[in-house]
Amino acid sequence: MGDFTAQELTAIFVMQGFSGLSLFCVFLLMALGLAIIFGQMGVINMAHGEFLTLGAYITYLVSYQASEWGATALTWYFPVAIVAAFAGTFALGYLVERFMIRYLYNRPLDTLLATWGLGLILQQVYRSTFGPREKTVTMPDWLLGSYRATDMIDIPLNGLFILVITLVLTVALFALLYRSRWGIKVRATTQNRSMANAAGINTDRVDRLTFALGCGIAGVAGAAFTTIASTGPTTGSLYIVDTFLVVVFGGAASLLGTVVSAFGIAQSQSILSFFWSGSMAKVFTLLTVVVTLMLRPQGLFASKVRR
Amino acid sequence: MLSTQDLRVSYGMSEVIHGISFTVGETETVAIMGRNGMGKTTLFKSLIGIMPAQGTIRIGAEDVGKRQAYERVKRGLAYVPQGRLVFGTLTVEENIAAGLEATGRRKIPGDIYDLFPVLRDMRRRKAGNLSGGQQQQLAIARALAADPKVLLLDEPTEGIQPSIIKDLAKTLNEIKRTRQISIVVSEQVLSFATAIADRMLVLDKGKIAHEAAGDEIDAKQISRYLTV
Repeated sequence: MGDFTAQELTAIFVMQGFSGLSLFCVFLLMALGLAIIFGQMGVINMAHGEFLTLGAYITYLVSYQASEWGATALTWYFPVAIVAAFAGTFALGYLVERFMIRYLYNRPLDTLLATWGLGLILQQVYRSTFGPREKTVTMPDWLLGSYRATDMIDIPLNGLFILVITLVLTVALFALLYRSRWGIKVRATTQNRSMANAAGINTDRVDRLTFALGCGIAGVAGAAFTTIASTGPTTGSLYIVDTFLVVVFGGAASLLGTVVSAFGIAQSQSILSFFWSGSMAKVFTLLTVVVTLMLRPQGLFASKVRR
Repeated sequence: MLSTQDLRVSYGMSEVIHGISFTVGETETVAIMGRNGMGKTTLFKSLIGIMPAQGTIRIGAEDVGKRQAYERVKRGLAYVPQGRLVFGTLTVEENIAAGLEATGRRKIPGDIYDLFPVLRDMRRRKAGNLSGGQQQQLAIARALAADPKVLLLDEPTEGIQPSIIKDLAKTLNEIKRTRQISIVVSEQVLSFATAIADRMLVLDKGKIAHEAAGDEIDAKQISRYLTV
């Protein structure tokens, strides 16, 4: 690091930190979905990455259609794409829960295998439909370019945009879980399924909607993802391992933990990979996570109540 | 209000409840007595529907034997489990709101807090941090929020100090009087049961071994069943 001046170092940290923020957004949106599904149903959804991919492809389709319609459509298609990505993945998630997952509750290894298989099937469907080559969406003008904070610091606008989407979605999810009636049902079911049922809550319905919602959030993550990289059939599966890492590191029952651990893992990878190689950054991150989990097996955050 | 006909419950191949039939009348309190391991909790779990059972369970005239627990709650059954099982990470207020779900109402009725004033003071606290006695009150409040016709309480006195047990008996009698509901309670503490019950059934090895109502309740005879 000796060759950099203090000013250059600051600029590097800010810019790498910011690209880390974009990574953080994708991690977070995926991990939130995984965490609520895992927390409530104990289902480890290996196909979660493929839901991200689906969201990305839906965004691609919308942008393709918009470019047919002309410049105005192309400028404003993105909000539509986000809604479409959410709706599409939500619907697929709903069907998957209805016809597959609900027969596999309380069988964690079976769900692991079944959802992994589902992931492979979806990947092949994407490959057959869209072809193996990566697709790039046409970005609206207002997402191109960057904001020059100082002479040396460039903040890309698409990164800022993802950050805003992630913030809005995270706040909305927290509000849904902690301020709404539906949230009470979800948290009661998470805590004790049979007691929630005996208290008068239709737990089957809560499960179905939670699973679909988790998938829907992955879909939005996919839409956001298209602004920073191109989409191929296996795009989602590249993120699934890191996302599990985020969920486990943060503490499976805590959404706040998920946010903090997504931030930590994304930032350490992004900043370290500038000074070392990408794989060294990964090794360092993994080591930190492993050591932390050895000291705190319940993850960074765990809710404190008497048991 | 609530009746069972030839109710049988099994864990795998071993049958624990061997064909129980009984009826609980309107605004009647029935105490089901029995030592540990005689099938009280199993019976209650099958009544509310978190354990599968054979035979019929009726609420009013409707057979609910095949229905899920939440559907039975909608039809007027409410359940206070052994060991309370409040939702520990939810606040007191949210626990009661979870019980409201069956009614479709949104606001917690004031009379619930009037019955248990301590819950009003603690409504923003996490239920998991309440004492055992407070959790018991919360579990009853959660059940009452569903506006039941029949309230099932599985060993409500377990792990609660004697002075509070007396209050609990008073509260249950008040609930029955003001809400005009039936109560089914499983018990080992005879003094508590006599304070609230109109009728007692003794459960022994999965069958009803003895039954007595009103003045016919013979404390000596029942306590013989309760001692080993």
